[in-house]
Amino acid sequence: MAEPRSVLRLEGVRKSFGIGTDVETEVLHGIDLVLQQGEFCALIGPSGSGKSTLLNIVGLLDRPTSGRLLIEEQDTTMMDDEALTALRGKYIGFVFQYHHLISAFTALENVMMPMLVGKGFPDSDMRDRAASLLDQVGLGKFMNNMANNMSGGQQQRVAIARALAMQPSLVLADEPTGNLDTRSADSVFELMRETNRSTGASVLLITHNLDLAQRADRIIEVIDGQIVAKGTAA
Amino acid sequence: MNRFLPFEWIAAIRFLREGQAQTALIIIGVAVGVGVIVFMSALLAGLQNNFSNRVLSTQAQVTVLPPKDAARPLRGKGPTLEVSAIQKPPQRLRSIDQWQNIRAELVANPDVLVAAPLATGSAFAIRGTASKAISLTGIEPETYFRIVTVPQKMVAGTTRLTTQDILIGTELANDLGVGIGEKLRVSAATGTSQTLTVTGIFDLGNKSANQRVTYVALRTAQSVLDLTGGVSSLEVNVTDMYAAEAFAQAMRGLHDLEVDSWIKTNEQFFQAIRTQTIANLSIRFFVGLSVALGIASVLVVSVVQRSREIGILRAMGASRRQILRVFLTQGAVVGLSGSVFGSALGAGFVLLWRWFARNPDGTPFFVVPLQPALFLTAAVLATLTGILAALVPALRAARLDPVVAIRG
Repeated sequence: MAEPRSVLRLEGVRKSFGIGTDVETEVLHGIDLVLQQGEFCALIGPSGSGKSTLLNIVGLLDRPTSGRLLIEEQDTTMMDDEALTALRGKYIGFVFQYHHLISAFTALENVMMPMLVGKGFPDSDMRDRAASLLDQVGLGKFMNNMANNMSGGQQQRVAIARALAMQPSLVLADEPTGNLDTRSADSVFELMRETNRSTGASVLLITHNLDLAQRADRIIEVIDGQIVAKGTAA
Repeated sequence: MNRFLPFEWIAAIRFLREGQAQTALIIIGVAVGVGVIVFMSALLAGLQNNFSNRVLSTQAQVTVLPPKDAARPLRGKGPTLEVSAIQKPPQRLRSIDQWQNIRAELVANPDVLVAAPLATGSAFAIRGTASKAISLTGIEPETYFRIVTVPQKMVAGTTRLTTQDILIGTELANDLGVGIGEKLRVSAATGTSQTLTVTGIFDLGNKSANQRVTYVALRTAQSVLDLTGGVSSLEVNVTDMYAAEAFAQAMRGLHDLEVDSWIKTNEQFFQAIRTQTIANLSIRFFVGLSVALGIASVLVVSVVQRSREIGILRAMGASRRQILRVFLTQGAVVGLSGSVFGSALGAGFVLLWRWFARNPDGTPFFVVPLQPALFLTAAVLATLTGILAALVPALRAARLDPVVAIRG
């Protein structure tokens, strides 16, 4: 049987802030991590441990100070901003804690947005795909609602649909349930788990909710900028 | 969402539409600025046209004259002058040497529209016991009337000019008590005189001119003024009336002649026009600057307000260039929309001016033109101003660190 392909690989990734100043601080100390295709991984750890910094680096929104980062086996070390942006748009989907939809657009248009930014999609394909994704997250009826007229749970579902619009191989979620009530949080988590299974996209999800983390394929614990534990969920 | 528009246009228009109040205010600001600029430009163009028409309806753009007589002091055997003071000689009436050749040369020049020979000198118009000093102007009607539109200024009679005819102004006709078909005698300082028939009476719009200016056939003037076969000047109109001085300078360099342009002979007016143009340009510049600063400040606020959304768009794969173009497009849309409303406002100001600015007899002070080119220029300039004004906020948006932007 063929070995699963690695979607994400970090080798000795370090990140410092305030380089060259008196307050230079290293927040990530040589992170090594591999995420296989289709893997659902929960990233846990106390506040300030470096989880979000790690997620930003993995999401190509920030650069490591040293070390290597490979997305879909492509080394990003020497890539310029344009290339990183293109890679991000093609392979990575984001879900943020505060859902962050664009208020000037409807739910459907928000989901279409990554395709519109990425270009090359015929209009009808964009619409069909966005409508299908909204159906999948249970918001088919609300596709023409303005984003800011939807509840928090609904907006987070739209954000998940948007993250899947480009059929990414990696979905990064930064506390997607942190701003929702227990019921909505559970529902959103299950939705992500389901899409992970149905699309085969790998998921790296930051959460403070250990109950939810237990439902992931693997849990990675980060403390003080270092991975202290990697293991399968119970 | 319009399928034919790229992402940048869709985002720009939606962002503007979402910030309705801000967008409306800045478009009104641009419209007022463009309206003022359109109105002032039209007004200045009208003023300049009006003056040019008034001046050039009674004079040529370029006048070629014989060189002035200069004193030629006696010299001794050495380089020293034999006299201690040189008196300027009086200027006598004389013809341009070889004027036919010079005229032919002028007519062959592609920049020249028409060149008319003139024989002009002082004389007296005498009828009975009354005599009036006049300027006797001998012309070739077919060429001269293309320069000074005398036929349009006729109030009585015709412009027929045989060697026995004369056209006179309304004031002279009143002073001498002559009418169409009546005779008067013209006598020059040389003693030559001739009796002529009044065939037409004109009104040049100036009392002094109507008292002094008279037109006779070229041959008649040559005879009365003792300029047999000669002309005292060549009157020239060129294709670009504002290039008349440059043309005159070129002529001066080629011939030993006095060449004056209407720009030089109306120096004071042109100084006034230049001052007015500079004042107008300054006002337009500062109005444009205010508009640009208005657009820039609104877009800067928009960038701050939308920084999180910009971060999200960057996370979704929008490049810095795409973000830059979103805000440049907003500037262009604001500038263009403002120019459309502003052009309408400017046209309204001009119509109001036309309505109110009238002489007591109901005729307009002067014609203020409304040319499509003015609106087109205003639209292009306002759009460019909008884009330039948006440059700083757009660069700021494009340079936003997505991590910082998303975190807010």
